[in-house]
Amino acid sequence: MKPARFAYHAPATVEEALALLTRYGGEAKLLAGGQSLMPLMNFRLARPAALIDLNAIASLAYIREDDGQIRFGAMTRQRAIEFSPLVRRRLPLLAEATALVGHLPIRTRGTIGGSLAHADPSAEYPAILAALDGVVVARGPRGERTLRASELFQSYLTTSLGPDEMLVEVRLPAMPAGAGFAFEEFSRRHGDFAIVGIAAMVARQGDGCTARLVTAGAGPVPTRLRQAEEILEREGLSDAAIEAAARRAAELVEPDTDIHASAAYRRNLTRVLTGRALRRAVGRLEGR
Amino acid sequence: MSDHATPAQPSAARSWIGQPVKRVEDGRLLTGRGNFIDDHSPCSNVHHAAIVRSPHAHARILGYDVSAALAMEGVVGVVTGDDVAKLTKPFSVGVTAPVRYYCAATDKARFVGEPVALVVARSRYLAEDAAEAVVVRYEPLPAVVDVERALEPGAPVLHEAVGSNLAGHRRLVYGDPDRAFAEAEIVIRERFRYPKYSSTPIETYGVIARWDPLEGAYTLWSNFMGPFIMHPLTARVLGVPENKLRFIVPPDIGGSFGIKSSMYPYMALVALAARLTDVPVKWIEDRHEHLLASSSGTDRVAYRELAATKDGTILGMRYRWLDNVGGYIRSPEPGCSFRPTGNFVGPYRFQNLEVDASVVMTNKSLTGPNRGYACGHLYFETERMMDLLAERLGLDPVEVRRRNLIQPGQFPYRSPTGGLYDSGDYPAALEKALELAGYHEIRRQQAQARAAGRCFGIGVALAVDPSVSNMGYVATALDPQFRAKPEYLPKSGAVDAATIRVDPLGRVTAILATTPQGQGHQTVVSQIVADELGLTPEDVTVVDEMDTYTRFWSISSGTYSSRFGSVGTSAVALAARKLKTKLIEYAAHLMARPADELEFRDGAVRAKAGKGPSYSVKDLAGRAHWNTESLPEGMEPGLEASAVFGFTVSKAVDQHDCVNSSNTYGFIAEVMAVEVDPETAAIKILRYATVHDAGTIINPMIAEGQIYGGALHGLGGALFEELQYDDDGQCLTGSFMDYLVPTASEAPVIDIAHIVSPSPLTPLGSKGLGESSSMTVPAVIANAVSDALAPMGVRITELPMSPTRLWELIERAGQAKGAPHP
Repeated sequence: MKPARFAYHAPATVEEALALLTRYGGEAKLLAGGQSLMPLMNFRLARPAALIDLNAIASLAYIREDDGQIRFGAMTRQRAIEFSPLVRRRLPLLAEATALVGHLPIRTRGTIGGSLAHADPSAEYPAILAALDGVVVARGPRGERTLRASELFQSYLTTSLGPDEMLVEVRLPAMPAGAGFAFEEFSRRHGDFAIVGIAAMVARQGDGCTARLVTAGAGPVPTRLRQAEEILEREGLSDAAIEAAARRAAELVEPDTDIHASAAYRRNLTRVLTGRALRRAVGRLEGR
Repeated sequence: MSDHATPAQPSAARSWIGQPVKRVEDGRLLTGRGNFIDDHSPCSNVHHAAIVRSPHAHARILGYDVSAALAMEGVVGVVTGDDVAKLTKPFSVGVTAPVRYYCAATDKARFVGEPVALVVARSRYLAEDAAEAVVVRYEPLPAVVDVERALEPGAPVLHEAVGSNLAGHRRLVYGDPDRAFAEAEIVIRERFRYPKYSSTPIETYGVIARWDPLEGAYTLWSNFMGPFIMHPLTARVLGVPENKLRFIVPPDIGGSFGIKSSMYPYMALVALAARLTDVPVKWIEDRHEHLLASSSGTDRVAYRELAATKDGTILGMRYRWLDNVGGYIRSPEPGCSFRPTGNFVGPYRFQNLEVDASVVMTNKSLTGPNRGYACGHLYFETERMMDLLAERLGLDPVEVRRRNLIQPGQFPYRSPTGGLYDSGDYPAALEKALELAGYHEIRRQQAQARAAGRCFGIGVALAVDPSVSNMGYVATALDPQFRAKPEYLPKSGAVDAATIRVDPLGRVTAILATTPQGQGHQTVVSQIVADELGLTPEDVTVVDEMDTYTRFWSISSGTYSSRFGSVGTSAVALAARKLKTKLIEYAAHLMARPADELEFRDGAVRAKAGKGPSYSVKDLAGRAHWNTESLPEGMEPGLEASAVFGFTVSKAVDQHDCVNSSNTYGFIAEVMAVEVDPETAAIKILRYATVHDAGTIINPMIAEGQIYGGALHGLGGALFEELQYDDDGQCLTGSFMDYLVPTASEAPVIDIAHIVSPSPLTPLGSKGLGESSSMTVPAVIANAVSDALAPMGVRITELPMSPTRLWELIERAGQAKGAPHP
């Protein structure tokens, strides 16, 4: 459990970091909180030629509201998000999900940008990015571009970020006032990656409602369950509609079997947790 | 050797024993001042080893190319299987099958992670870089990991010389089991599977080896916890006399739970590396290595049969076991089958038993003692069978157990397999557990919950808790005919020693040869010595740094099998009493009075009756050290006493395969209530009560810690932990992401109570408690979950109860119920 030899750089600015990325031409790794990368390197499963440590770039850590969007610097710690009054007020679903990320020491180091760029489909933040319909801002030698969850996440631990690109900001639209929400997950132990997680949000729109349902852990990327959402938008938020949406959700996912859970069990959890998340979200929407 | 213990003294005479004295160890541990093997820097020029391990579960080794590794920066040498085969001998194994177990693979690799070579370099980083450059040419062979499949014709054979994968087989018959089954009104049969799990101590294995070519001697610093039977065996492997092999254990070991008794092959391998490279070599195992290749308990397939009458009286049982010891059978295996021989029947009275034990080798990592050594397996099966009997009879599971328990008037109780249960009151402990759990109240809650459609269950489990293994049990693995040969040397024993000395200013030092791994020996010994000599624990310094050159030790030394609370404490008490006798005789001489008129009271020698001068320990110490002329004629100078305590009930196995496999036997009674979420298969522990009888409790806080730890360990095996392999023998659980150990967040609230049946065999009346609930929790939670899901027809026969596995059982039961009858 000793990493293979690597060079180490600690740039002070994003521009320096980008220059280093270009210099190593895809052979370097960006170090954010290190909660996933360091174990991978210690196992020698990851063998970057260089580590570009972003922890000295102070300008990458912030949370601010701008025109109905909450913007997070990529190096914002999960712990800062967990305790941000702005996040609690404007993005309560994110606040709830953040409390489920790992353990306290992990959240103290882990960052929102690192979690999204790592793209573990069992993690909470990729599901949140999809559920809240946010974007990430990637900066590279050719400038900036924004990517939605469906554009960012390609497969397990794989994103569409280029080798010379760096995720610098996350933008999440503020949730509609009074929206109901819940993040439900099942893990074998406290703090483990979810076997399955479900992010749910429901809001009123005119006489009807809008719904968002996204899975974590039920496939290679976080999955927006549009057809299940449509059941709710069409039929309302009755118990019967919730049950129908939950059943549909289980049909929409393509989970895998691994040593922690079978595909069939994950599919079952998708149904059960979708139902539970929706019931809690609707309860909140109705002020219960 | 002391051959009989004095009976327990009345507790009124004691003050420190029984108190929750704070652990003297904790200050240094909590402030980062512990001295563990990796902190140890006992000699200069230490180099570092990285081990090359087999990526194949089963492969012939065709050759090595170490040239690239040797050419790398900082590398001083590479040791391969060729060196191992040439320069060392295989370790002795506990069976007669010709298994050649070397400290690293020589001809074939037989499990993923098996050491095949070792690189020594200036730093661990450089060593690991070079380890990647060692080329080992393999011819991969088909692998087998399933214990039943391994015995089928045509299965890949691991050891050609053995001819099959069966390392050993014994059929043990006690009483007349065939008659019991013929006369039975009820026979119950079930198949069980117990998982392969470990202990994962926080501190992994570590060895520092030095070879002195002038002396021809090895010194090995390591966190080896014994048993020191491995010392002569390792000397033989390395080809040196025993007095040219020195084992030193640093003051602190970061947990073991049995696992570190299996590190001796690494000690030999690192020693060989030190000799070949002519530099001291240090190897600290990393977590990945630990999970791949340290040690674990066996996974077992068990076929159980129980014969009973209609009133629930058990007439007899049959156990058929297939224990999977992995790629080689490593001593002390096959203890997996035979360590609990004396308590095979647990707390029940039945006299007829057949045990058919097969020890099987497959392409998994090797096994050995793991907290509760084989008792988790034993009681999981037995206690599930008790519940199946209760279910068949429509009786409360408690009632079935009550009808079969050994009664208080039967102690000391000789079990049909040779165990001598020294003391106990099993019915009283059971009743106490029921009371502590509020058994009637939780049954009432269960009825309400069931009426509301909830899956609420209650489990009960009982166990005889054996402590202090008698080394002789290991020979149960051998045929009686083999043991009857004149050249066969019987084995028995359970021995420990202690020395207590008083310095010239009257302060006391106790010196042990145990190898504590966090159990708090220093604290416990200070309490015992304080009581015996009328001091406070702070007055007593306890030194416990095992060194085979300077400490007294024996074959059975070490801290394993819950020995310390029983045998280690006994040696300490006897040494203190010896010293006290000397102090009285010395004072008698100074006072010119007969010694029998004096006694040791409140830290001083005084007249038993009437007034008169008294001599404090300090006073006597000063005189004895500074003025030896004041000693009576014939008394040795110096105030020091050593005692060696050995259990005389430790006898070799007899021709009927009866053996008192442990020396003291405690008791555990547990009740657990759980609720299962039938949708997610999540198990929530609502109530958990555990009652222990470990005789005299010396430090209730330390005892409670052991019970908590044991319970969590058992919960690990029951719900979370399993070293998993795919069909090709690849280990799937090489990190803590995949091998799930319960943490504080998973710990239930535990209600603990004790009853005290002092052991008549130990001076303090104490027994061991270190393994405790690790052996009952798998049983009690399996019973509780089975009870919760009984309305669906789910019965637990396999651990761990992972959510997927449990959910599949619930689904299958639901489908079976929903399916139309044919």
